[in-house]
Amino acid sequence: MNKKKRLTLLGDILGCIFGILIFAVPFLFMLINALKDRKEANLLKLTLPTEWMWDNFKQVFEANNYLIVTAFKNSILLTVGSLILLIVVGSMAGYVLQRRSDKTTKFVSTLVMTGLMIPPAILPTIWIMQGLHIYKTMFGMILIETALQIPFTIMLYRGFMNTIPVELEEAGYIDGCTRTDLFVKIIFPLLKPVTSTIIILNAVTIFNDFTNPLYFLPGTKNATVQLTLYNFMGRYSSSYNLLFADVLIITIPMLILFLFFNQKIVDGMVAGAVKG
Amino acid sequence: MNKKKIYSNWFLVPAVAIFLIFFIIPMVTSLFFSLTIWDLKDYTFVGLDNFKTFFGEHSLSISVKNTLIYAFSTSGLKVIIAFFIALFLTSKIRTKNFLRSLVFFPNLVSAIAIGIVFKALMHPSKGLINAVLGAIGIAGPNWLGDTNLALFSVIAVDVWKGVSISTVIFIAGISSIDSSYYEAASIDGATRWQTIRHIVIPLVRTSMNTIIILSLIGGLRCFDLIWAMTKGGPGFVTDVLASVVYKQYAAGFYGLSTAGNVIMFVLIALIAFPLQKFLNSREVYN
Repeated sequence: MNKKKRLTLLGDILGCIFGILIFAVPFLFMLINALKDRKEANLLKLTLPTEWMWDNFKQVFEANNYLIVTAFKNSILLTVGSLILLIVVGSMAGYVLQRRSDKTTKFVSTLVMTGLMIPPAILPTIWIMQGLHIYKTMFGMILIETALQIPFTIMLYRGFMNTIPVELEEAGYIDGCTRTDLFVKIIFPLLKPVTSTIIILNAVTIFNDFTNPLYFLPGTKNATVQLTLYNFMGRYSSSYNLLFADVLIITIPMLILFLFFNQKIVDGMVAGAVKG
Repeated sequence: MNKKKIYSNWFLVPAVAIFLIFFIIPMVTSLFFSLTIWDLKDYTFVGLDNFKTFFGEHSLSISVKNTLIYAFSTSGLKVIIAFFIALFLTSKIRTKNFLRSLVFFPNLVSAIAIGIVFKALMHPSKGLINAVLGAIGIAGPNWLGDTNLALFSVIAVDVWKGVSISTVIFIAGISSIDSSYYEAASIDGATRWQTIRHIVIPLVRTSMNTIIILSLIGGLRCFDLIWAMTKGGPGFVTDVLASVVYKQYAAGFYGLSTAGNVIMFVLIALIAFPLQKFLNSREVYN
């Protein structure tokens, strides 16, 4: 027994050493270099700064006329807008897709599930957005993010509907509830656990999305955080301190989310992945 | 009771409408536009010319090979590495919650941010990785500048970022194995390795299949990490299909770009759908 305990302790120690070396050092490296002055940061060393330059963060905020503030506004608008739309249309569709099974719902299920595998067709999408006059608009971008996350969202809602007993709806129906009331007042509140999973997972995906805003929402006025980060990389390739400070500022929302919802995020990702 | 009355198909309309207009219609029309030269307004039908150009030019066709290398190696490495991390994290160690969070965190950081950090860590002369290698007497290579190595350096970073989700799926799979299997094995005098080989691996097959499919599809469509780290360079050695689609779009060759997009669909359909069928047919139910 004693030998086993010692082995576990050794596992703990080695695990922590390798874990920290491989997964924490890159972030630590970024953090301390974000606080150095330009010359020192450009040496890319893992040493503490000789002078702590908290001013770097201020400089990043002020760069390009507070572009990062605009970018945060845009990213938050995009994330919140898409989330609201996704929850409304996704919960409605997931509900009916699970409860009914006929030709229509089967066809819709198959259609939607292709979206889990196949990537979007970029240029025809731009062509359609131009036709609808919503290319380069936030509204258009929200619709795109919604369309791309609909398969995943519906899948989670449909899976969760399995656990809600159908008797509730029968009782409501007999008591004279309308179809809309049945869903809005009885079913939707019961979907709360999966709704919060969906909010967290989609928020991470949409906030971190770089590719789609790059194609569908170009222009400085519309810049999202990931796009400004990318442009920053080009412009400040010789001042690593500012570059890393920018990365940190943009990563902080996710860090906060993670600290609060650690277990929820992990469970949600497993649920989402396994059901897929 | 009347199902049709309670569950109206009207509930499907908003989701289906958005999905049709912004996903399905572009996908279907891309098949046509890949056969044209167009500028989003007018088009000229050119038949299979775009595809001929694509496979005829080395700088473009190399992306198909790179995409396949990228997808299969990231997927394979994630499965193997994640399995051992998950085994370790489900053992009796005490710091497992801390370690789980540590492994998981990169998943929440955007690919661009990770690309920036690793580009600095992989800097040929002053990067931390080569500094460490130098300290133990190994001359570190030019990770992202060497044409033979660049693709694999990006693959390594992709695995670093994505191994967490695979690990978490494996942990869920391993934790759901009934403890009676282990008890039976230990009564029969099975070694640790035999237990892993004959109990754990067969019973986490469902998790393993999920991970293979997920990471393979992710790898086939990967763009942001590669774009942040190398932009397809040096030369074209790290160009994948998604980066060619972007480059041709930026250069104004919209037909060619769409053709690249269609090749991506075909590749994913040809690999992912049959693979999923094959893997599902081999599952063992717990």
